[in-house]
Amino acid sequence: MKPIVKLLLEGHGLNTARMAQLLNLSEAEIERQMEELKEQRILLGFRPVLNIAHEDSGVVRAVIEVRVTPERGGGFNRLADRISRFDEVESCYLMSGGYDLLVFVNGASLQKVAGFVSEKLSTLEGILSTATHFMLRSYKENGFLLESKPGSNDRLKVTP
Amino acid sequence: MQNSRYIARHVVNLPKSGIRDFFEIVAKMKDVISLGIGEPDFDTPWHIREAAIYALEKGRTHYTSNLGLIELRRAINRYVEKNFAITYKPEDEILVTVGVSEALDVAFRAFVNPGDMVMFHQPCYVSYSPSITLVHGEAIPVPTFAKDNFALTAEALRAAWQPGAKLLVLNLPCNPTGGTCSREQIKAIAKFAVEKDLLVLSDEIYSELTFEGQHTSIASIPGMKDRVIFLHGFSKAFAMTGWRIGYACGPAPLIEAMMKVHQYSMMCASIISQEAAIEALVRGEDAMKSMRDQYHRRRDFIVRRFNEIGLKCHLPRGSFYAFPDVSSTGQNEKEFAVGLLESERVAMVPGTAFGANGAGFCRACFATSYEHLIEASDRIERHVQSLAAAPAVAALK
Repeated sequence: MKPIVKLLLEGHGLNTARMAQLLNLSEAEIERQMEELKEQRILLGFRPVLNIAHEDSGVVRAVIEVRVTPERGGGFNRLADRISRFDEVESCYLMSGGYDLLVFVNGASLQKVAGFVSEKLSTLEGILSTATHFMLRSYKENGFLLESKPGSNDRLKVTP
Repeated sequence: MQNSRYIARHVVNLPKSGIRDFFEIVAKMKDVISLGIGEPDFDTPWHIREAAIYALEKGRTHYTSNLGLIELRRAINRYVEKNFAITYKPEDEILVTVGVSEALDVAFRAFVNPGDMVMFHQPCYVSYSPSITLVHGEAIPVPTFAKDNFALTAEALRAAWQPGAKLLVLNLPCNPTGGTCSREQIKAIAKFAVEKDLLVLSDEIYSELTFEGQHTSIASIPGMKDRVIFLHGFSKAFAMTGWRIGYACGPAPLIEAMMKVHQYSMMCASIISQEAAIEALVRGEDAMKSMRDQYHRRRDFIVRRFNEIGLKCHLPRGSFYAFPDVSSTGQNEKEFAVGLLESERVAMVPGTAFGANGAGFCRACFATSYEHLIEASDRIERHVQSLAAAPAVAALK
């Protein structure tokens, strides 16, 4: 794995200047490598990890198990791609087991998510069934614990 | 009250730790970026902590065998065999201790008669010399030098050797220098130990944090196993300093002697820590490697920065310490460390806290966040520049 990717994955949120210092490269070189990662579609973008519950945002999230009829030639890909293109869909994965696609959906209200499932998703040709689970509470988001503060790590200031 | 008359003479005469003096200065200050902390900044990986919680829930709250849990000793045997190429029998060649510190203390008490001489390389961990004094042994420091990247050489050993030397303590990679020895150098040390009939106590607590080349344990050199006590623990590699858990491996009669001292003083290491240690050995490798990767990157950064700043710094091949030479500033290590602390709020430990020949050096522990390391290096640079400008200003006055 490239050093720059390792550094990004460690999740310290360092800016270009800091990364340049740590990796002993120029800022221009860091920017070039970042561009390259974007071109290669390895680095897709950055988003903040938020504790939405604290924001009273009214966002409703659901996980939908979708069973589909695979197509000759394309398998699940065409349908998965079509589902993924909806703005409501946050993530979409092909799964092994009792269903085929696992779809994470966001909506402004329960009705809106329900409407998306009944009108958009389940009416697509090739969809056999859907099972929608609304999320009630989040405990961990993208590696961050939501309810417990990180440890104070109160090390003594000088030790042998 | 003249209670001090009760204190044993050899304790009265024991010098106060240089680390302690420095700690007292730092503790009074606020907003200090400390590069003076000799422990990982990572908390113990969760799966290890969880194993301890599970053990408590299951009522694992009792004494263990004096030697330690047999499951742990078996796990130690497998781990040491895989990573150090040495095999020890779990039944009678492994003793679980309260950190390597206890293992060392127990070893000194088991093997040193009053007046016996104990050799160790210096600069070194702060407790070697006092621990030898506490068992009425005689400490023989052997210097290591920046020109050798602080590797211990057989020549230095030969020069320091005196009749009556019985033990040799090794700490490779070394706290505070980060110095290690190549396999060839280890072989030369082993040859010297055989020639002078020395028992070797090999403290290999930083061995997993070896960044270049393969770590070689002296116990793995053919013919050495019978005269080496291999000391290791969980504090550094698995970020488990507060658990106080370590172990000693060696020939059964010597482990038996150490166990006698251990059973009358400590009885056994904490069972909770022992349970956590099993988890660390069996499933901790990935977390350990991820931490080592980060230390590696931090080392490359801080050593490069010290050299850019003008503080000559060798590349420490192991441990999480850099040991830059601060003498180019015209100040000694104490003046430099105190000045840096007062003017820029960065703490580094003066090298003389680790022995007289640490003079001119400071220890910088890089087990701290990237942000802190970058900020600390900028502050150190500013301080060194201000020191360089000071004589010119003085001359103008």
